[in-house]
Amino acid sequence: MASNRESQNPVDLDDLYRDVILDHYRRPRNRGAREDATVSAEGFNPSCGDEIQLSVAILDGAVDGVGFGGSGCSISQSSASMMTEAMSGRSIDSARVMSKHVQQMLTDDSFDIDAVDLGDLEALSGVAKFPVRIKCGLLAWKVLDQVLANATGESISDDGDIPTRVTSG
Amino acid sequence: MTTATPLNTAAIREEFPILSREVHGHPLVYLDNAATTQKPQSVIDALSSYYSTMNANIHRGLHTLAEEATAAYEDVRKQVATFINAGSHREVVFTRNTTESLNLLAYTLGARLKPGDEIVLTAAEHHSNLVPWQLVTQRTGAKLRFIELNDDQQIDVDTAQAAINANTRIVSIVHMSNVLGSIAPVAEISEMARSVGATMIVDAAQSAPHIPVDVADLGVDYMAFSAHKMLGPTGVGVLWGRQELLADLDPFLGGGEMISVVTREESSWAALPHKFEAGTPNIADVIAFGAALDFLNDVGMDAIAAHDAELTHYAVDRLSHLEGLDIYGPSDPADRSAVIAFNYRDIHSHDVATILDRGGIAVRAGHHCAQPLMRTLGVPATARASFYLYNERSEVDALVDGLLEAGERFGFERQI
Repeated sequence: MASNRESQNPVDLDDLYRDVILDHYRRPRNRGAREDATVSAEGFNPSCGDEIQLSVAILDGAVDGVGFGGSGCSISQSSASMMTEAMSGRSIDSARVMSKHVQQMLTDDSFDIDAVDLGDLEALSGVAKFPVRIKCGLLAWKVLDQVLANATGESISDDGDIPTRVTSG
Repeated sequence: MTTATPLNTAAIREEFPILSREVHGHPLVYLDNAATTQKPQSVIDALSSYYSTMNANIHRGLHTLAEEATAAYEDVRKQVATFINAGSHREVVFTRNTTESLNLLAYTLGARLKPGDEIVLTAAEHHSNLVPWQLVTQRTGAKLRFIELNDDQQIDVDTAQAAINANTRIVSIVHMSNVLGSIAPVAEISEMARSVGATMIVDAAQSAPHIPVDVADLGVDYMAFSAHKMLGPTGVGVLWGRQELLADLDPFLGGGEMISVVTREESSWAALPHKFEAGTPNIADVIAFGAALDFLNDVGMDAIAAHDAELTHYAVDRLSHLEGLDIYGPSDPADRSAVIAFNYRDIHSHDVATILDRGGIAVRAGHHCAQPLMRTLGVPATARASFYLYNERSEVDALVDGLLEAGERFGFERQI
């Protein structure tokens, strides 16, 4: 029974709606397209309609800056906003590793959050306890994966659940 | 509206075992009835009893169990015919759901269309009464036209008149919107369809559970609805059609049960309605649907309609006093039934639904399988509360409290 599982491991709304998440939702950082973008990509979540567009300036093998647009719930939008801050100045390789870690944090029960330093992004860890909201948290990172692949001349297919595509780059 | 005696919801609720469970430590407040309704004990028992006492394949068996199961299955067909005032039980076809009923019609009727023909739908269709017709246009070159909403977000006679013309071959419209709660003037639109020689179809998935639906009064040619939205099990849909029209249609699915004589080269079809029921049907769930219809008849559809209207009125009144709450659909609660789609503050409906769920309140959030309607309304998504015969005013109050809590969490000062 769900209620038994919950009594052993209580899940509270505070786990989902951390202050830092609500702060990014109310005051999104880096909202809007970047004029100096070298790669742009978009993705959406067909089951709920959340959308994210990213425009990313890649300079000398590193992320110079990320702008985001889109609409959706607090989790999808704050995840994107936090991601734009975390990516700024990061090498492509490092960005890839961070994207992988965030996605593992959201989807993999055995992921050891203490083994990595995700900064504010750790606030998203509570999303994993709300199975129907995990895709909201993942959306921006799936779009980012398209951008990073494009920046190194690769092409990746989306997993179908969250369609993503490069729009220019 | 009839002056039916108020429902004894306390007694009704006792018939629904799921309503006594808790969710996250709170009593369940189930306000997602437009998606599916809960089931009374009698429906649950009918399923179990069928498998415990008479399970057999129907129509072909010559033994006692097959005879009993066939009689029970066919009795429900007669019950459905009575429930919707059909001319004959032969006009009642069992399908999987409303979607399959509408696909059956799109496939068979659509095959007769040619370029230049027009299919008229409304701006408020569920994807189930849109996508099958889009497929028809791809195959035939026929065109879709849409009856637009009027300024009060309703389908009315004028907006219908603007879409129906001499090229119209099929009019297929939603009776009661699963988002707006509004009820279309189907009888008048049927007249318009008839005057141009078009076939008239009504999607009654939301209306059949909530208001008396009489196919003769509506004047339609075909009607589709689902058992699970009216206390019955999932996996049972109904397609009703006028006998002479159904008789003239080609089969949809081929196989066992739907044939008369089969040779290596060709086959002839079974009589109505079996021509449209290929393969072993969903016997158990159809029989349990009979128990659901008994339940609805015992309470009375007039009384249910009055209860739903009263509760909807109360909910619209309470919700409209919340600052920053937008309700979609007709402005007068008298023009809607049992469904209220809304957005609160700038809180996304998924966040609203998650927060309400933690208080035990089940609502729907998202596009409600009506993406084009969402675009017409200019919103990406909405929350939706929908009621049924077991819902009470106290549950509307719980919804309002839950919304205030959601507002607080997102930094809005709590209203009194």
